[in-house]
Amino acid sequence: MKWYIIKRLLQIIPVILGVTLIAFALIHLAPGDPVRTMLGQHATQQEIDEIRTKYGLDQPLYVQYFIWLSDVIRGDLGRSILTREHVTTEIAARFPNTIELSIAAMMFATIIGVVAGIISATKQYSIADYSMMGIALFGISMPVFWLGIMLMMIFGVFLGWLPIGGRIDLLIPFSRITGFMVVDSIITGNGAALISVLRHLILPAIALGTIPMAIIARTTRSSMLEVLRQDFIRTERAKGLSERKVIYKHAIRNALVPVVTVIGLNFGLLLSGAILTETVFSWPGVGRLVVDAVYARDYPLVIGCILVFALVFVIVNLITDILYTYIDPRIHYE
Amino acid sequence: MGSVTAKNIKAGVLATIICGLLLVVSLSGCQETTPPVTEKVLIFACAGDADKLDPADVTDGESTARTDSIFEGLVEYKEGSAEIQPCLATSWVISPDGKNMTFTLRQGVKFHDGTDFNADAVVFSFERQYNTSHPYHQYGEWAYWGYMFSDIEKVEKIDNYTVKIQLSRPNAAIMTSLAMFTVAIVSPTNAEKWKEDAFKNPCGTGPFKFVEWVKDDHITVEAFDDYWRGATKLDKVIYRVITDPSARLLAIQAGEIHGMEFPDPASFATIQANTNLQLMTKEGMTVGYVALNCGYGYNDTNSNGMRDDDEPWVKTPGYFEPFTNKSVRQAINYAIDKESIVENLYKGTAIVAKNGMPPFMLGHNHNIVDYNYNPQKARMLLTQAGYPNGFNTTLWVMPVSRPYMFDPGKIGEAIQGYLAAVNITVEIFQIDWSTYLERTQAGEHPMCLLGWTGDNGDPDNFMNVLYGSNQCTLGTAGNVAFYNNTDVQELLSAALQTYDTAERARLYREAQEIIHEDAPFVYLAHANQNLVFRKNIQGFVLNPTARYFFYPVDIV
Repeated sequence: MKWYIIKRLLQIIPVILGVTLIAFALIHLAPGDPVRTMLGQHATQQEIDEIRTKYGLDQPLYVQYFIWLSDVIRGDLGRSILTREHVTTEIAARFPNTIELSIAAMMFATIIGVVAGIISATKQYSIADYSMMGIALFGISMPVFWLGIMLMMIFGVFLGWLPIGGRIDLLIPFSRITGFMVVDSIITGNGAALISVLRHLILPAIALGTIPMAIIARTTRSSMLEVLRQDFIRTERAKGLSERKVIYKHAIRNALVPVVTVIGLNFGLLLSGAILTETVFSWPGVGRLVVDAVYARDYPLVIGCILVFALVFVIVNLITDILYTYIDPRIHYE
Repeated sequence: MGSVTAKNIKAGVLATIICGLLLVVSLSGCQETTPPVTEKVLIFACAGDADKLDPADVTDGESTARTDSIFEGLVEYKEGSAEIQPCLATSWVISPDGKNMTFTLRQGVKFHDGTDFNADAVVFSFERQYNTSHPYHQYGEWAYWGYMFSDIEKVEKIDNYTVKIQLSRPNAAIMTSLAMFTVAIVSPTNAEKWKEDAFKNPCGTGPFKFVEWVKDDHITVEAFDDYWRGATKLDKVIYRVITDPSARLLAIQAGEIHGMEFPDPASFATIQANTNLQLMTKEGMTVGYVALNCGYGYNDTNSNGMRDDDEPWVKTPGYFEPFTNKSVRQAINYAIDKESIVENLYKGTAIVAKNGMPPFMLGHNHNIVDYNYNPQKARMLLTQAGYPNGFNTTLWVMPVSRPYMFDPGKIGEAIQGYLAAVNITVEIFQIDWSTYLERTQAGEHPMCLLGWTGDNGDPDNFMNVLYGSNQCTLGTAGNVAFYNNTDVQELLSAALQTYDTAERARLYREAQEIIHEDAPFVYLAHANQNLVFRKNIQGFVLNPTARYFFYPVDIV
């Protein structure tokens, strides 16, 4: 197992090299350039040339890539062209927000999705099954943007129960330590801030978690149905085990492997930001950051974000793979 | 792990669900324990975050929306107008040759860090932009300098409270340009302290001082107690970022914010029906147009911003024979129903344009009779020009909404329809925004949609920048119709060097007559600027420059 993990960690290096190389080529091949975006309609040729030289954009592409790579090895992702801020600072300012939202969304998606999937599978073709799978289908097909606005209108404006967007009520004093606002408000013992931060998390987590929730529910259901038809389940029932024991002790654990895969993949995706949810709920996450960076052709920022996303995705995948061995002891890695 | 039993799993799942539900219910039920508000805090929602907070190093309105609270310049615009009045300078004298301006500075003004405002600060703020060997020049791109202030040769200190600005040639627009954010005065001590990071630690003399910037979330400024005009009525202003217009509207309806920019014109009825909200509207300093590529530009090989004898006129890549013909261009002006576009696609929040700059500006020619909507006359002119069966062409349509054109996509389709009625078949072409600018400035389009938001309130900033033949520079053209008429350029250059306001106005009016006759553009509209505030916010004044000043604002 130890060697397996080391091997997998070493594999990250070629993956990251490949991803950044492709991303570097794609963003530079795309038409448009950051200097134009920065100068807008006011550009003079002299200014354009000066700034291109200053940022090394006049160098051949492979030279730019190697300069970037040697900086990265020294731990420097460069500075954003548009905001002149360090790329690491730009990402670090948003990443905790994205992680908190992703965790909240996945908690919502996993709890509701797994429970709904189990109920549907055990009561196949019942009203409960049809209605839950109906809701799941609805969840998958619903545009996030529309769902977000609806949630805001109902819970924010009409009922006035929950805030419309943002991370915290800005009138509440708050000190930032880790950047994770839930954690920070607990560390500083700031109860008012904690309540406000959690209240601000609910609607975006529901909006963002609805699609994964539906996917998890459907995966759990089909996986459970498959397991329930297998011989060992029939044997257990024949042994006279209660239906509860059959389902909760034996069936679930066998059915969980594909579900964990789905959860892992979705979580990895959420961690690279959710542009629509972040936009509707004014959530300062990495999704908005990277999309804005792409529009501005802010090369260092785009590549920096992609590097971080690739790393996170690979690591979440690794954790998922390791989790399999705990869920199903038959799985071994050499 | 092996010891997990079915009961445990079940109990765990149930407990988690119950806890989750309890949390949701309790959180949605409980009122946030906001501390009793004794402070007056105004929360204003912007459509985007600032790029940087160094006023000399930004080009976007979101950055200046924040810096305008923190910084001030030598002169400023009178409230609600584009005329200038003293600010950090109390008076000034212009030499008879129009090339030297001497400013007397206000005494007793302090920067937020306690530094005294004086001639050294003024010289520092200017010199770092134009002097390439200045130690702080490397910390910015100074995008506006080359384009608006390149006539300034030198800024020097005469004594502690007197500075002289020396121009290379007379420039009547420079006084209004001095009210722009670009030449706001920054604290030299603060610049020295932060060096390359001064852009995120701003320090000026303005009514509010910088407190914090949480990226993509908010920027907070608070009242500066030693402000030279006296403290503000508000204790704090928080600029919140809410990018989606529907979310901004919901937030102001719910009372989470006090004001917001860029409301969607489609929601005006909702806003007006809400007794808690007020919609503020003012004519904007913008123009949106269709540019018809007249065919020729030049390469500004020596980058001096004007065409010299050794820089010949060459065909633009988007050269299209019919548009070199004046009758065809006039025909297109007759073929498009601008009133309908303004009413239906600008949703009425604009006025129909007949000239290339808004009617409230100095030198606008009110006597010009606009091309009316007359497809029959358009067809006649096309026949006269030798195109009785029309022709096929391509219209470049901007991919983004701009303050001068809210919905370019629909406007493009409308124009396609109007031109089809006079036998001109138009294909629509779209590409991403930065490429769009690059390629239209290189003259690759036969016809394109574009527009302009004024920078400084001076007519030169529309007329010369957009319609002068010096601006037909291939690759960086401001004049994207590549309209070159030497008479017009002469009038515009003369106007820029004339300090006599009445004479300047006359020169601009004459230029507009020629441009109207040559018809290189179809001027569509001057869009309004719109802001929404809650009813209890008072004292905010809309400015033609679309800049936000919260000094006079109060919450009642």
